[in-house]
Amino acid sequence: MKKLWQNLIDKYGYPKVSITLMLIILCIIAIIQKQDMSGLLKDSMVRMGMNGILVLAMVPCIISGTGLNFGLSLGIICGILAGCISVELNLTGYKAFFTAVFISIPFSVVVGYLYGWLLNRVKGDEMTVGTYLGFSMVSLMSIGWLLMPFKSPEMIWAIGGKGLRTTIALSDRFAKILDNMVAVPLSGHLLPIGTLIFLGFCCTLMWLFLKSKTGVAMTAAGDNPRFAYASGINVNKQRMIGVILSTMLGGIGILVYAQSFGFLQLYQSPLMMPFGAIAAILIGGATAKKAKISHVISGLILFQALLTISLPVINKMMPEGNLSEVIRIIVSNGVILYALTKVGGND
Amino acid sequence: MQTKHVLEMKNIEKDYYGNKVLKGINLSVKAGEIHALVGENGAGKSTLMNIIFGMPVIHSTGGFNGEVLFDEKPVAVKSPKDAMDLGIGMVHQEFMLLPGFTITENIKLNREITKQNALSRIFGPSLKTLDVNEMRKDAQKALDTIGMGVDDWVPIAGLPVGYMQFVEIAREIDKKNIKLLVFDEPTAVLTESEADKLLDSMKKLAAKGIGILFITHRLDEVLAVADSITVMRDGENVGSISPEEATVEKIAQMMVGRKIERLIVKEAEKNKSEEILLSIKDLKVNMPGEKVKGIDLDIKKGEILGIGGLAGQGKIGIANGIMGLHETTGEVYKNGVKLELNNPKRAIINKLAFVSEDRRGVGLLLDTSIEMNIVMTSMQIQDKFLNTVLSFKMKDDKGIRGWADKMVKELDIRCVGPTQYTRRLSGGNQQKVCIARALTLDPDILFVSEPTRGIDIGAKKLVLDLLIKLNKEMGMTIVMTSSELGELRSICDRIAIVYEGKLEGILSPLDSDVDFGLMMAGEYHAHARGAV
Repeated sequence: MKKLWQNLIDKYGYPKVSITLMLIILCIIAIIQKQDMSGLLKDSMVRMGMNGILVLAMVPCIISGTGLNFGLSLGIICGILAGCISVELNLTGYKAFFTAVFISIPFSVVVGYLYGWLLNRVKGDEMTVGTYLGFSMVSLMSIGWLLMPFKSPEMIWAIGGKGLRTTIALSDRFAKILDNMVAVPLSGHLLPIGTLIFLGFCCTLMWLFLKSKTGVAMTAAGDNPRFAYASGINVNKQRMIGVILSTMLGGIGILVYAQSFGFLQLYQSPLMMPFGAIAAILIGGATAKKAKISHVISGLILFQALLTISLPVINKMMPEGNLSEVIRIIVSNGVILYALTKVGGND
Repeated sequence: MQTKHVLEMKNIEKDYYGNKVLKGINLSVKAGEIHALVGENGAGKSTLMNIIFGMPVIHSTGGFNGEVLFDEKPVAVKSPKDAMDLGIGMVHQEFMLLPGFTITENIKLNREITKQNALSRIFGPSLKTLDVNEMRKDAQKALDTIGMGVDDWVPIAGLPVGYMQFVEIAREIDKKNIKLLVFDEPTAVLTESEADKLLDSMKKLAAKGIGILFITHRLDEVLAVADSITVMRDGENVGSISPEEATVEKIAQMMVGRKIERLIVKEAEKNKSEEILLSIKDLKVNMPGEKVKGIDLDIKKGEILGIGGLAGQGKIGIANGIMGLHETTGEVYKNGVKLELNNPKRAIINKLAFVSEDRRGVGLLLDTSIEMNIVMTSMQIQDKFLNTVLSFKMKDDKGIRGWADKMVKELDIRCVGPTQYTRRLSGGNQQKVCIARALTLDPDILFVSEPTRGIDIGAKKLVLDLLIKLNKEMGMTIVMTSSELGELRSICDRIAIVYEGKLEGILSPLDSDVDFGLMMAGEYHAHARGAV
């Protein structure tokens, strides 16, 4: 038994094994409590689809050697901005969503370039600098959202007629557009397979990229910069590519998130988003230096399923008032905290 | 009256994982004596010092055999603190000083003189006030003892290098019970006049009855101050001589002399040509710890050129500079065409390949498979091992596997398979992966730095055999840098010796031990002149 445990830990790493165990225990309790299991499955899948690309955005950053992208909020802001422009252009449906995606890319490239330029000057402290850069930009954009000359009445404050609202409903625009692209019914619930297909598509692209010449150079630059330099690889350029890609995926990721959620959330909402994505990929088995697509997928499943299932289970155990909301925050931040202690891997 | 021995070491033996580095060393230092310990890098001097100081590395690798007597009593030094308590002091090669502190503070660090105050009476001794005046008096006294005219309140940062060395010494002699002082190559970073001053102060200290163990490479210094001399080589003491009968030549010969095992049997002037493949002119490389200060060197096509010299003299810097890894000035011509320096990519495009001395730091991607390590550079620079899919360059897994399998077989890399991570390979096999990567570039010249560092004896021979094979069968020009002279002499056609960042001379591997010893110590020309 002890040996089996040790083998599991050696093979999958401590976080993965312990979170899986916790998840199994929660599932058992949920079954005992007679929870709506297919509902929980659907909720988990929705959350996986929603957050998937944000988690995937960690991969190029880690691989290029800039560590976990704590500044993912920068990409998220670009995505939100593009989403607002798409609404302002009065587009609907697929057109609205994909226009938003295309608009977000040039923003992300420029922002990612500046972010990468900064990270190349603070080697070794990328994660701390990234965190605070993200925080500062979120605050700066809080002013920005107020001042930007958007006119669409759906988005601006009803009173005063200036500045964007904190939450913009997308129900007439591109809400659920990917979720419903392919939706499979399961005992009264619609499983959002469309979003998962989109995520799979993005993962495949990333996987192919990592097999390309540039992807290989990026891996080398992240694994051992001195080796890469001696092999004639421009390490700073590879890091830059990693950061730009990550920022781009952050922008696309938030649009996927918004379509599934049905709202664009502005102002302070991008602040903590990187942490969830980071926790997911760490639980999946990645470290600050190593990440694979498989880490993204397993991390997503574990982290999001854990969050989804723990809530109703705890709710039933402690029905008092809004304690469940408190518990949700404790669980999600607890998992993030735990995952962050595993940044350096298991050694 | 017979002077008593401060330190006696009897029959010291030490092995690291079965690799014997000390084979029965005897050493004794009398009180008031300057005892010089000379030997090449790797002769076992540092290991011996580590034993004297009870460094953790000794005990974590299984301790040592033999007896250490201090003050004629057997002692077991378990930690550096034990050594300090006994009265053993050390002047380090690299300065262990806090730059932001004043000289006094550095000298008195952790041995501060304190006095009581109100708080410390209540909360205990850790809150005592420093008695700055007493401390300064002590520090000044120590500085005066070694004849250093500098104020004790000056911060370390900004002092000339030579002064720092003196502060280190002052710190050691300020320890009241000091009986034995070890100088580990103290003059390595000093100018000549500073070195003279240091030697003077060593004499002064010895006159006070402190035993001094003086480790150095500079043979003239040994002759100038030593009362007795011990020469070490390959973990044995080769002999002790008194300074009266010693000459620089004699010591040099003792240091180097060994049975040279030529791996290349002298065959009829094989593929040797006089064609110059690479010509280096006034090369200066700013590599920390291995500065090259202007070297002219021609590399002939098809030869194995050795670059030797003691550690820190700049031999390693040459290959690193040519490959663009450190800031370099000067001119390098390959087949008469000038090469662009400070650009690793250009160097590789120009068909130079490099196996770094820092295998784990520069030579390998430790968490990447063997096959990717082998093809990485070639893929990035030469666009090999790529397939073009829809105008994207994708890696050619099949081609990579095929080539890696071939390399694994040809170089006999012992591994589970080409996808094994290089971190898990032994040193020798890691080195082979590095060589395989360099060969994949199909270079005209292969630079190999310290190819046998940190690998066991059996694997050493395999690596050297491999280099010979490459040279003979493929006619590859090889430039091998190594600290191990024996190794260079066993496979090279010519050996260039570097001293203080400059070329001291080029020798044939069959030249005498004296010549090698003199060149390594930078005494060759002085003595050649003396002979004329």
